[in-house]
Amino acid sequence: MKYLYYPGCSLEGTAKEYHESTVSLMAALGAELEEIEDWSCCGASAANNVSELLSFVLPARNLALAEKMCQEKQEALDILVPCSACYLNLKKVAERAKIDFGFVQTINTVLEADGLEFGNHLEIRHLLDVLSRDVEPDWIAKKAMVSFEGFTAAPYYGCQCLRPYAEFDDPERPVSMERLISSTGAAVLDWNMGGVCCSASHMSTKPEVGLALVKRILSQAKSADMILTVCPMCEMNLEAYQKEAGLVSHESFSITILYLPQFLGMALGLPQAQTRVDLNLCVTPVFWEKYCGMTSRARNVRIPAPKAE
Amino acid sequence: MKPESIQTSFNEVKEMVQACIQCGTCSGSCPNTFAMDHTPRKLWRMVLGDQAQSVLASKTFILCSSCYTCTLRCPRGLPLTEAMARLVQLARKANPLLFKKSHAFYDAFLQSVKNHGRVNEAGFMTHYFFTMKDPLLPLKFTPLGVKLMRKGKVAMPAFNFGLGRGSRPRGKMAAIFEKIRQMEQHP
Repeated sequence: MKYLYYPGCSLEGTAKEYHESTVSLMAALGAELEEIEDWSCCGASAANNVSELLSFVLPARNLALAEKMCQEKQEALDILVPCSACYLNLKKVAERAKIDFGFVQTINTVLEADGLEFGNHLEIRHLLDVLSRDVEPDWIAKKAMVSFEGFTAAPYYGCQCLRPYAEFDDPERPVSMERLISSTGAAVLDWNMGGVCCSASHMSTKPEVGLALVKRILSQAKSADMILTVCPMCEMNLEAYQKEAGLVSHESFSITILYLPQFLGMALGLPQAQTRVDLNLCVTPVFWEKYCGMTSRARNVRIPAPKAE
Repeated sequence: MKPESIQTSFNEVKEMVQACIQCGTCSGSCPNTFAMDHTPRKLWRMVLGDQAQSVLASKTFILCSSCYTCTLRCPRGLPLTEAMARLVQLARKANPLLFKKSHAFYDAFLQSVKNHGRVNEAGFMTHYFFTMKDPLLPLKFTPLGVKLMRKGKVAMPAFNFGLGRGSRPRGKMAAIFEKIRQMEQHP
């Protein structure tokens, strides 16, 4: 397995742990990642609100860079994208380019300014797509060092890796994370919030709307030990505003929120320096206690919990 | 923006939702309907009825969080999420004052892309606060900022300009932005 890797801006800042755990997990799975050289922002949700052309050119620049790398290597590699917003932006350009030749020409007129050319030759794939379809089903179960038996995980997919392109999962009733969770011994929470919107950037511009949506998701996951995410925006909305969401509904929320590769990395026994669970904003003491109990019983070693803040 | 060009863009949106049968699947699917002044179904009806003024005065499209559930479920297969995004672009040009806050946010974001190629979260939020000139605004983001800073996820912008992985210019970003500006002015 070999992929070109597009981390995206969030993974350099607020979602550092998503980047580091993805790289470590992929290495543990025996996959080779190569970061796209000189990659730039995909435009996020901002470009589309300002100029449609810009919202297509920004992702296309990265696809053109990836194509250039593939050409030099003489092999066609898939582009692995962990961030759902980046994934959709790159995907949108690729999908439109398939059916609209004039569109490709317009983009190339702009990219000429940067000495690049976009030809749409490569596949764009979300991290969840790769983990659920390229990894042997039993691989994780066989290699798992730590059993998560007794834990319940709530799979939270978010929106943009599922919709509008139904590429690797059912966009209404997603299931792709379930097999991965089961392979660690954990139970999958049966809920119907997995593909429901977390409000995305409304949390910073219209908090009253954002909190209402986040509250709905958190209160449905109360019986789970953790929520697993595959998008930096979802992760941030679910972990950073639990107190505020609780105030809105007179409840109190304290739920561990982890990125899927962090969880799988923990199951494979990767050290904290690789899963970077220390960087998450919400890993509860209850979770750590249960996790340490598990690991000491299973391995007869004690993994110290990180110091309380 | 000239009234004629607003009308042209409005007609493009109208074209996108022309086949709407008013079934209301979009309104029923939208997670943000509760906060909207018009439901998505009603907004499409207003678009089809050429009520440009009332449509652009509505808060509905600004509340779209691009979850694509309506696009997925629309029995007519209409690109509703894209149509909402088009209305945001249109409203921004037609009535800049009304959407000052979210526009300042997007502008700060894209400025960061133009200068650095990538987005420096702390840097662009600082830019946003400066353009808004509202001393209370940064306070709203302080709790999150503090949480992130304790985890070493954001550096203070003062120490971050010109340093760090994300802040070096990538490719010819400014040239790309300039080219797009030219092409949009003279299509």
